Amino acid sequence: MANTKAGKTNPKNRSVGQWINSGDPWIWIYAGAVSICVITVLGLLLLLGVKGFGHFWPSDILEVTYAEPVTEGQERQVLSLIGEIAESQEVSIAQLQSAGLVINEADHEEEILTRYLFKVGNRDVTSRDFMWVLRPYLSEFKFPEDLVVIERKEWGNFYGRITELKQHGITIWRANQSKGVAFDVESNDIYGRSMQRAQALQNEIERIEKGTIGDINHRFERLRLQQRRDELDYGGSLPIGHSKLAELNASRSLLDREYKALQLELAEIYREIERDTIVVETADGQSLEIPYAKVVHVLQPNKMSVVQKSITYCKLFFLFITDDPREANTEGGIFPAIFGTVMMVVLMSVMVTPCGVVAAVYLHEYAKQGLVTRLIRISVNNLAGVPSIVYGVFGLGFFVYFVGGNIDNAFFPESLPAPTFGTPGMLWASLTLALLTLPVVIVATEEGLARIPRAVREGSLALGATKAETLWKIVLPIASPAMMTGLILAVARAAGEVAPLMLVGVVKLAPSLPLDGHFPYVHLDQKFMHLGFHIYDVGFQSPNVEAARPLVYATSFLLVVIIAVLNFSAVTMRNHLREKYKLLES
Amino acid sequence: MDSSFFAKYRRYRFLRDKVTTVTVTIGGLSVVGTLLLIFLYLFSEVTPLLKGAEIHQVNHYSMLNPGETTRYVAMEEQAEIAFRLTAEGNALFWQAQTGESVREIRLPIPEGASISVVEESTIDSGILILGLSSGEVLIVKHHYRTRYPNDERVITPSIEYPYGSNTFVMSSKALTKVAIRDDEEKMTLAALDNAGGLSVIKFQKEEDFLSGEVVLEKTQVELTFSHGEITELAIDSDQHWLFFIENHTRLNAVDLYQDVPVILDSYAIEDEDNRFVDMTLLLGGISLLTVDTQGSIIQWFMVRNTQGPWSLQPVREFSNGSLSNGSSAEATLIAEHRRKGFLSYRNLRAGSGKGSELVLYHSTAHRELLREELPMSIDQLGIAPRANALIVLDSENQASYWTVENEHPDISWSALWDEIWYESYRQPGYIWQSSSASSDFEPKFSLTPLAFGTLKAAFYTLLLAAPLAICGAIYTAYFMAPALRRKVKPLIELMEALPTVILGFLAGIWLAPFIENNLTGMFLLFLSLPVTVFLSGYFWHRMPSQLRCQVPDGWEAALLIPMLLFAIGGSLYFATGLESAFFEGDMRSWITHELGISFDQRNALVVGIAMGLAVIPTIFSIAEDAIFSVPRHLSNGSLALGASPWQTLVGVVLPTASPSLFSALMIGMGRAVGETMIVLMATGNTPIMDANIFEGMRTLSANIAVEVPEAEVGSTHFRVLYLSAFFLFLFTFVVNTVAEVVRQRLRKRYSSL
Repeated sequence: MANTKAGKTNPKNRSVGQWINSGDPWIWIYAGAVSICVITVLGLLLLLGVKGFGHFWPSDILEVTYAEPVTEGQERQVLSLIGEIAESQEVSIAQLQSAGLVINEADHEEEILTRYLFKVGNRDVTSRDFMWVLRPYLSEFKFPEDLVVIERKEWGNFYGRITELKQHGITIWRANQSKGVAFDVESNDIYGRSMQRAQALQNEIERIEKGTIGDINHRFERLRLQQRRDELDYGGSLPIGHSKLAELNASRSLLDREYKALQLELAEIYREIERDTIVVETADGQSLEIPYAKVVHVLQPNKMSVVQKSITYCKLFFLFITDDPREANTEGGIFPAIFGTVMMVVLMSVMVTPCGVVAAVYLHEYAKQGLVTRLIRISVNNLAGVPSIVYGVFGLGFFVYFVGGNIDNAFFPESLPAPTFGTPGMLWASLTLALLTLPVVIVATEEGLARIPRAVREGSLALGATKAETLWKIVLPIASPAMMTGLILAVARAAGEVAPLMLVGVVKLAPSLPLDGHFPYVHLDQKFMHLGFHIYDVGFQSPNVEAARPLVYATSFLLVVIIAVLNFSAVTMRNHLREKYKLLES
Repeated sequence: MDSSFFAKYRRYRFLRDKVTTVTVTIGGLSVVGTLLLIFLYLFSEVTPLLKGAEIHQVNHYSMLNPGETTRYVAMEEQAEIAFRLTAEGNALFWQAQTGESVREIRLPIPEGASISVVEESTIDSGILILGLSSGEVLIVKHHYRTRYPNDERVITPSIEYPYGSNTFVMSSKALTKVAIRDDEEKMTLAALDNAGGLSVIKFQKEEDFLSGEVVLEKTQVELTFSHGEITELAIDSDQHWLFFIENHTRLNAVDLYQDVPVILDSYAIEDEDNRFVDMTLLLGGISLLTVDTQGSIIQWFMVRNTQGPWSLQPVREFSNGSLSNGSSAEATLIAEHRRKGFLSYRNLRAGSGKGSELVLYHSTAHRELLREELPMSIDQLGIAPRANALIVLDSENQASYWTVENEHPDISWSALWDEIWYESYRQPGYIWQSSSASSDFEPKFSLTPLAFGTLKAAFYTLLLAAPLAICGAIYTAYFMAPALRRKVKPLIELMEALPTVILGFLAGIWLAPFIENNLTGMFLLFLSLPVTVFLSGYFWHRMPSQLRCQVPDGWEAALLIPMLLFAIGGSLYFATGLESAFFEGDMRSWITHELGISFDQRNALVVGIAMGLAVIPTIFSIAEDAIFSVPRHLSNGSLALGASPWQTLVGVVLPTASPSLFSALMIGMGRAVGETMIVLMATGNTPIMDANIFEGMRTLSANIAVEVPEAEVGSTHFRVLYLSAFFLFLFTFVVNTVAEVVRQRLRKRYSSL
């Protein structure tokens, strides 16, 4: 807006002192502040992206010999390691020595050594997923093609070689190093067939356990509640021989029989699925048998071309966003968290939009303008700045304990003392967030209403329309882009908010989605998982933080993407609406 | 169409108009009302903390066995059954509310002996020691079994003998005072006979591993110190100290851990007219309470100085004052069973009529909750374990049952904000420690360390964010080329949409170890960045003008980005060398060992940077808007008069926009104070009071997030957390209101310009 050249005569002739007096350095310092902000923002996004999305790339597996520098009083060991390099660091020898390592400074030319965080996996054998190794003590770097990484359902990744494939405990395929027969994922038919079979059985197990048995459990619970309700009606426990009790017991024994049959079926499948196993060998030659049922997938990244890797990358990423979490959330996918987040935000939007708009319309169109309205307006504005944890505390005390507790007493006495709505859940979480974002919607909508020229309203009224008609047909449509803006801001804030949710409904692991096939289909009383809380929980509360970290980065990036997409779609909608009512705005 | 149709239609339209008006009004008002509800609700959760206590008499009746002298009275858990021990050796249980007898048990005291004195062991254990006129003691326990046949509560009282129904011989003369302490491993008894002889016996408990029976191994403690007339006795919970009052004026503490116990410390009243009249231990058996004739109640406990010996430390004093209607008798103290509260009562002196005064206190909160005059003279008084009822036996063989409403005695202004000397601490301090495994724990609800942590986090945040955001806003609004501004502004504001949980995660997991490993680099960075900017500016100024003309004005920020990246890389690269040259290769341990400053990985520096990132967009966008909307004719006028852009900025633009910059900072501070996730994840969450940048803190908001899910609903802890939420609410509300008012006034000024 201003011309910086003004006032400069001949810059060449000015001394440093003059230059400083001219105020120019300050302008540069101010510019520096902007640059630092920009660098930080971009750096942050880059960091998230790289850290999060590097994880799914099948990186090459390294086989290497490590002559361990010993701590005092220990004997030197030479280890052979197989794994991936997860991180590299520069450390000074002094620092290593102070940590107790015996390092002879004469052996090294430099004072700084490179240290790798080596992911060796095989948690069941070595009891550690990661180890730090010093670059100068590594030798014989190899990337053999037959190395595999097996993602397992338990114990994390396995790194090593596949030596045998077994069925019923009988070896039906064996690797032979001298003849050059090595395992190959792509071409090994036995592996392919067994894997397919195991997956089919796995699906069957899931269908029975989650679907049918889940359904039966649900019906059992309904019967229990029915009996309790009958007892409450009766005013004491039902006497033996009461018609209702007989009825309940009959349905219960029917369910019981059904359940037993399923149990038998399941046991059979579990026996079947144990049939095939893979025999693997770790870097130091230990043998291990892994049943197919425990295998998620087997990869041989050293063999893969870039294209193959890209395809695998996409597959892994897809699995990540569609799968359920495993191993205390540190592995597997984050689908329930995505689902919970989106459902909560949608519910919140449904609640907050009408309320916010009504309040804004009242304040701007109906209320008598004066000191009181002005005070209300300032208060509403300031509520947007009240810490979210305060809303969380309010939600817990008022919604959960007070409202929820009373709902339970009035409508769900049969399940007491186990609370139905008197405990944190989806409904209370979205209500709390609706309250939290209400000021945002009110303020934005009011601003939109204020922008509508008086002439438009007066024109409508002059043509004989009532106030209500003017509101519905003229004012609200023109203000709709502003409402959208409010909603955008509300959604962006709600999707990233975690602190209040920790009090009113989010859990680290929800057994089922809040939307499923059991009556009444939408379970607003249930607790749910949330991306933001997932990040907090896995990043800080999990037992194996090191292994889970890449997933947390990926989750963080995904959360940013979801918020960006929500924002973006709302912005598009707003622009579209703006275009539509462009002529009406002044 | 006929006119009736139009009339109907008009009516319909009119009706619709009315309905909309009513709906919108009701809807709007209720939404606004809901927001008000937050305030009211928080307030309503907090108010019970401020309430004092109330007592109400429910019933009074004549006592059973009126001829017997009462030595002890108590109530069970539900305050349903009362219990009385008489000198004649009878244990009487009755319905506390009605006086109806429940059970009467004859205690196995030797023929001819009577109970002369009764004392409690650990409060709430139900174990009592009975001192007999024969010089023996008997240990009994009053115990209650609760059953629910037909959903109705039935309580059956009984008397148990935890160490058998045999008596222990303490002296050959009648006992006047006894004391007992008992735990898993040992037991100590002390007794005073009517000839003034003091004897102490220790028992070591050993469990017979075959029968599981507890076998007591007795040691008679040899007391060699001489003492005057003893009136009161007490043993602390560790069985380390024997307290006694000598000659009514001297309080002595005897170290029982030594083979030959000696008086380690004592305190004597100097005022000649004054003397101690009663002494009792508070819940937990650590604090001792004494009361003297002038009505002053003093709390004592043993404190060990840094290396020196133990000393008897007066901690706080409560003044009982004198009774309003004349002189009063000596006061008696009774401790509550579950809290660090106690009560004192005293009767009107004989001759000045019936009546007594009851006062409820809480020790930690240093609070007097209730002072009430009762219409009867109190002979014995028992308090229910939950401190929700009292049973009063008066001197005319009448009993009365009182209910007590005293939910939150443990909170006062001083408990929340002042330095408090807590039990077992060497000196007074500001401590937040809300819960513990043991039930006789003294809760420490000092909000000071939390408020301090909150302000500390906000301070370091603003230290980083305020200059960056304000300077950035000034440049973006005033100097930056419009094309660049259109890109930069949304980019910085994008950060506002970045969830704080992600910032917190990065701060805790990535930034904290990064800073720890590159501490020198970080400090070098704080130095090198401004220098780089300055030098770049100067060299750009010295560049040939052909080159400088290639880049239009307002692109300085873009030019600086590569230079700054270079500076960041360089700083981190050279830091390692610098570290080995000056800081012995590791600045972190250098700071700890050479400077003696403790260093946490997750510290205020990390929080400052992470929360700074969250606050920068808030401050930036308000400040930028304010500067950008300074009426253009003002700056143009200044430029036209020959001022340089810098002079215009300093002389015209900034003064006009400064109120807005202030309000931007206020709003930024409001955000920093309330932010939860970043602090939760990027600090160690230890409630310490230390401004050290290398140490963490616990803020009010993080404390709420951590503790509310575990707090018992309606408990003092729960309400204190609500109180801290209420403070947060008020603080941010006030700060934001001030900022908003300032901004509105500025807007008015702009429109008038």
